[in-house]
Amino acid sequence: MDRRFFLRGAALLGCSAAAHPWLTTVTLAAADGNELGDNRLVVVILRGAMDGLDAVRPVGDGDFAAYRPTLLEGSGGNLDGFFALHPALANLMPLWDAGELGFVHATSTPYRDKRSHFDGQDMLEAGTGMDVPLSTVRDGWLNRMLGTVPGLRAQTAFAVGQEAIPLLEGPTPVMTWAPEQKLQLSAQSRLLLENVYHDDPLFRLAATDAMELSDMLGEASMGEGMSPAKKGQDNFADIDRLVDFAAARLNEDTRIATFSLSGWDTHKGQKDAIAKPLSRLERVILRMQDQMGAGVWGKTLVLCMTEFGRTARENGTGGTDHGTAGAMVMAGGALKGGKVYGRWPGLAEAALYDRRDLMPTSDVRNWAAWAMRGMYGLDQSLLENTIFPGLIMDPDPGFLA
Amino acid sequence: MMPDPDLAALRFGTGLPVPASAPLTPEAMLDSLAGPDRIVQDFPIPDFDMVMGLLRSGDALRKEARRNPAKGRKPYDAAVDKSAIPARISARVTIARAVANPDGFRERLVSFWTDHFSTRSRSQFQTYLPFALAEQAVRPRLAGTFGDLLSAVTFHPAMLSYLDQTASYGPGSKKGLSQDRGLNENLARELIELHTLGVDAAYSQADVRQMAELLTGLAFDHDRGFFFDKARAEPGPEQVLGVEYAGQGMAPILAALHDLALRPETAAHLSRKLAVHFVSDEPSAPLVEAIRAAYVGSGGDLLASYQALLTHPDSWTPFLLKARQPYDFIVASLRALGLTGQAIVDMDEKQFRRLIQNPMQSMGQQFKGPPGPNGWPEEAEAWITPQGLAGRITWAMNIPGRLTDPLPDPVKLAKAALGSKASEVLLWSAARAENIREGVGLVLSSPDFNRR
Repeated sequence: MDRRFFLRGAALLGCSAAAHPWLTTVTLAAADGNELGDNRLVVVILRGAMDGLDAVRPVGDGDFAAYRPTLLEGSGGNLDGFFALHPALANLMPLWDAGELGFVHATSTPYRDKRSHFDGQDMLEAGTGMDVPLSTVRDGWLNRMLGTVPGLRAQTAFAVGQEAIPLLEGPTPVMTWAPEQKLQLSAQSRLLLENVYHDDPLFRLAATDAMELSDMLGEASMGEGMSPAKKGQDNFADIDRLVDFAAARLNEDTRIATFSLSGWDTHKGQKDAIAKPLSRLERVILRMQDQMGAGVWGKTLVLCMTEFGRTARENGTGGTDHGTAGAMVMAGGALKGGKVYGRWPGLAEAALYDRRDLMPTSDVRNWAAWAMRGMYGLDQSLLENTIFPGLIMDPDPGFLA
Repeated sequence: MMPDPDLAALRFGTGLPVPASAPLTPEAMLDSLAGPDRIVQDFPIPDFDMVMGLLRSGDALRKEARRNPAKGRKPYDAAVDKSAIPARISARVTIARAVANPDGFRERLVSFWTDHFSTRSRSQFQTYLPFALAEQAVRPRLAGTFGDLLSAVTFHPAMLSYLDQTASYGPGSKKGLSQDRGLNENLARELIELHTLGVDAAYSQADVRQMAELLTGLAFDHDRGFFFDKARAEPGPEQVLGVEYAGQGMAPILAALHDLALRPETAAHLSRKLAVHFVSDEPSAPLVEAIRAAYVGSGGDLLASYQALLTHPDSWTPFLLKARQPYDFIVASLRALGLTGQAIVDMDEKQFRRLIQNPMQSMGQQFKGPPGPNGWPEEAEAWITPQGLAGRITWAMNIPGRLTDPLPDPVKLAKAALGSKASEVLLWSAARAENIREGVGLVLSSPDFNRR
């Protein structure tokens, strides 16, 4: 049964006794065949250009220290003798040791040279290359991926948060919602609103989703053992809501979730400025694991990607400016972690891109493509032509468990 | 053709109803804009120098707290709290002006340019600065040349601190050498990419770098406000986009800013942005071209550019294609509900936060907190999302009754707030709500009211 029709019918019954049975039915419906199978993919967009060289420090590279006079303090843990974790990510070490945390270094989108955050993010989410004008791309690569799998329902994929996430936008229906939202309407108001929205498709579709999601979520339990951010952890209250919501959906029949974290544009005083977004990222990963429970976490891959990296050298203000290659953070039980993937290009000045930025040695789309190939069995030609047009996939990096 | 005055108030103003004196023809709107900015006297924001005084005493207390930790941080924390008050007052004043000003086009342009030159506070101490930028740099230059506006904004403390210019030193300058400091590219890049040429123009990393060197010397502190510090200015000429800028002090910077303002790429970028903001997310090519030609022909004169916008037939399409952003939605709602500017200024802080600021955030827009230097998105799709629309409906159904008593009759409200643009289906539905509260909510939630 079509979900929208089904929910509409249940809503017309209008009593809470009806709610439980139909939620169960939704859950059961998922069990009789989610076309994407059981694996979960979470894509986190790190907006503002995370400094990969600071998050995952190449302390074994002889040129590194000289570039970063004020950014070397402390260590969150020795990863593999060559790379060390930023201190603000130290609590991720147990995941690393368990093989559920990994990185790709010196990776980037195909975006080059202009170093604009906004074009950089557009290209990251469009999944296209420099040959396609960004203004002509109307959908994100995650939406195109969903479009290649027949029979999916909108709730298969959720974009979480107030902010738009172009990565998941496009013609294939998906869900977007902000966990703090709660729409309560009288039956008559609802009918009248449907009436006034009827002839304006933008409003009609947004309102339909809003009403149905509020119905569904109003009755859904948010999972066991919730411990929202304690006092003094106000830094985390917003992301805890995002993660808890995403995890609750993924624990049911959602397979794809995406949201974004910002605060990475550390032009000045990076030593202090990057600690907050890194600790939020750490919190996201650990809380996701906690909220999912071992069963679901074991089938989950979290990919955290950013629009580009930052300059190899500190600038004149203890920060870093816009660069090219950076790092991708990966976590989850579906990952073969405990490893920094990617070929290291070195930091000698001649090895830098433009004598300024870390040189990209892989296309970040390549890793996303292999993730989806491994988790959902997508055909390589679909990945190279439809989902990431123009991508030529490298040989299988074998980074899934 | 005489443009529809209701459309003028909705598309180019802050909504209906408006007083009989309100300028609603292109000619009257331009005349009013060229005249004095009266509303700033009716509803003033706290004075810049007074706020700098607050910040100075905060600085002193911070030093004292560091020097003498035994005395504790209490006086300093109190100073931080006190320094936040001017921004809170300014927030209420900003909305009060938009609601009360009969010259809605002026208020919309203030929003437009403050968004074009987006800033946000970099610390709890500086929350007032973005308001000061709107007040000191933007409002007095709405009807001048873009070059003058650009210069005033670029030199404003809010911009200098938001995009890190205050920390940028010429590596070869006196202070750069003696204090081992250097460049920060942030403002230089956004100046070219966002404020003038646009990202699609042909410029290179070298231009950004040279621009960053050229901008060194621009400085701000709480004692002097904005000042030029030649001890941090990189010596020697710089080449930006093939033009050499030599000389001492501010003159080469001003020359470069005025050259940037007059570049053809800037004209194309700004004219499209104006058309997108006011008329349609996909504006017609002739409309954009008319604004561009007026901009170029007048040497970057803004009044001439607005005239091209307001007099082009494509600007008066009867279809409401844009979505009001949450800020505009709140302003239009307060206007429609009959709130006076004074009532908004007089709200207590808690009330203002609970009834206006927090709900705006749950509609997707943090007041004075743009997501980045690129400002807020324009497309209707970015705003009318399930979560964003839920925020609007929730506000419309629940908050008006806490702002005004008694609530207006829903059908009358629809007619007053939308004039000739109220649809039959809305009037029909508004009459059928179960109660007045829900009827008002329905009107304010409608596409009619949320588009412009």
